[in-house]
Amino acid sequence: MVKKMRSVSIIAAGLSKFGENWDESYRQMIAKAALEALSSNVVEGKEIEAIFGGTMASGRFIGQEHIGALIADQLGLNPIASTRVEAACASGGVALRQGFTAVASGMYDIVAVGGAEKMTDVSTEQAAFALGGAGDQETELFHGATFPALYALLAQKHMEKFGTTEEMMASCAVKNHHNAMHNPIAQFHKEFSIADVMNSGYIASPLKLLDCSPITDGAAVLILCETSKAKKLSDQAIEIVGSGQASDSLALTGRKSLTQLDATMLAAKHALAQAKATPKDIDVAEVHDCFTIAEILAIEDLGFFKKGSGGTASLGGETEINGQVAVNPSGGLKACGHPVGATGVKQAAEIFYQLNGIAGKRQRKDAEIGLTHNVGGSGATAVVHVYKKA
Amino acid sequence: MVEGSVALHWRRYPERYSLIGNHCATCKTDYFPPRVFCHNCRRKGKLIVKDMPRTGKIVAFTEVFVGPVGFENETPYFLALIDLGNGVILLTQIVDSSRDRIQIGANVKMMFRKIQDNDKEGVINYGYKFKVTE
Repeated sequence: MVKKMRSVSIIAAGLSKFGENWDESYRQMIAKAALEALSSNVVEGKEIEAIFGGTMASGRFIGQEHIGALIADQLGLNPIASTRVEAACASGGVALRQGFTAVASGMYDIVAVGGAEKMTDVSTEQAAFALGGAGDQETELFHGATFPALYALLAQKHMEKFGTTEEMMASCAVKNHHNAMHNPIAQFHKEFSIADVMNSGYIASPLKLLDCSPITDGAAVLILCETSKAKKLSDQAIEIVGSGQASDSLALTGRKSLTQLDATMLAAKHALAQAKATPKDIDVAEVHDCFTIAEILAIEDLGFFKKGSGGTASLGGETEINGQVAVNPSGGLKACGHPVGATGVKQAAEIFYQLNGIAGKRQRKDAEIGLTHNVGGSGATAVVHVYKKA
Repeated sequence: MVEGSVALHWRRYPERYSLIGNHCATCKTDYFPPRVFCHNCRRKGKLIVKDMPRTGKIVAFTEVFVGPVGFENETPYFLALIDLGNGVILLTQIVDSSRDRIQIGANVKMMFRKIQDNDKEGVINYGYKFKVTE
């Protein structure tokens, strides 16, 4: 299967500002992100043959469906094929994989991958309701479950089994807010101490307000190209050397384990095998820290740290930009923001900047191999990509 | 919760009111909520209706301080994963139990309770909650 695939590279990336973008609509944000990607001058736009756009809940957030056609129209790219991809909070990562597959298969040479979500046009309660759709409506949400509550249950099991502490979880948020200080598009430019996180109120015990990622508006766009062509078009081409995706039960109640996300482990296994890489080879990773416990689960399930030691590793600074592996140099979902459909695409954009050495003060020194990890819901979808300079 | 979907709630009455799931006579697996076909045996499975145990143990719990729309009157409340002892785990609220007795491993039993009454069509939703027993 893998042998027949063509090599695929990212040749351009663009991001909108992440935050409460009251003065920008969904369509303006995605167009601005696309314009930034195109302003690198590697392609004009007319070379793009298809679009894959990740969006989770535009129907609930802005009353707009038919996002594929909307994006093609806003980008001035009619009449090419344009397809919406939805996998809850992993919509962006799965859209990237769909774009990757489309080029790898030989169907297209150049495609655009987008991701966007406009979450602040509705009240916080409505936004929470829309996000709840990532869980199991009939067996979880009906009974009063929220996303913080589902991850709180995972956190409690991790604490019970491995002795992970609330301070260890807090250290993920502190590090990500620190990294976001150097990311101009990040939602938050504010540092917090572990004590600040510990003193923020409980949302669902043991998770507190500052353990949770925010509600965010934002958009991200990548241009993908077959690698031999990519190298002719750009000296910044970043090759996608591995792609993996896996599914698990929609509800937490169907999981084999509550201290790991099996979908993450499988997606990583496939992506790393395809890349002929091991977790130790990864210099820089953008992982899905929708809650601080999710970052601890991620760095263990991706194989960066032994199961159960993720909390200690985080508190010990091993995931800082110059640690064993730089985790979430962008600030992650926690501090850069989490516009759900855009997140998976933004993660790849950050790795594009890191591997090209253009990430400014948040640059991981000599970053050669990167990884992105995007999760849908409480772990029902996971998608992992591995990258290196083409 | 999806509002105004009377049929959705009505379909679920057997599970929510009486913890009725199903059981594969071929591989002896219990399913809750009931499945349309056995995921182990596929087309060779034989599913029959089965009552689930109404007691179990707490696997994990959390106290929810910011609840979703429709749960304003009961926030904060406890949510827990319950192991029914037959391979089935369900998510439910824990009620009528003092805070210090809500612990991992505590024995619980099913109660029949109102879950929500904020439906736009006036549907009052009932179902299971659990309480800690001696």
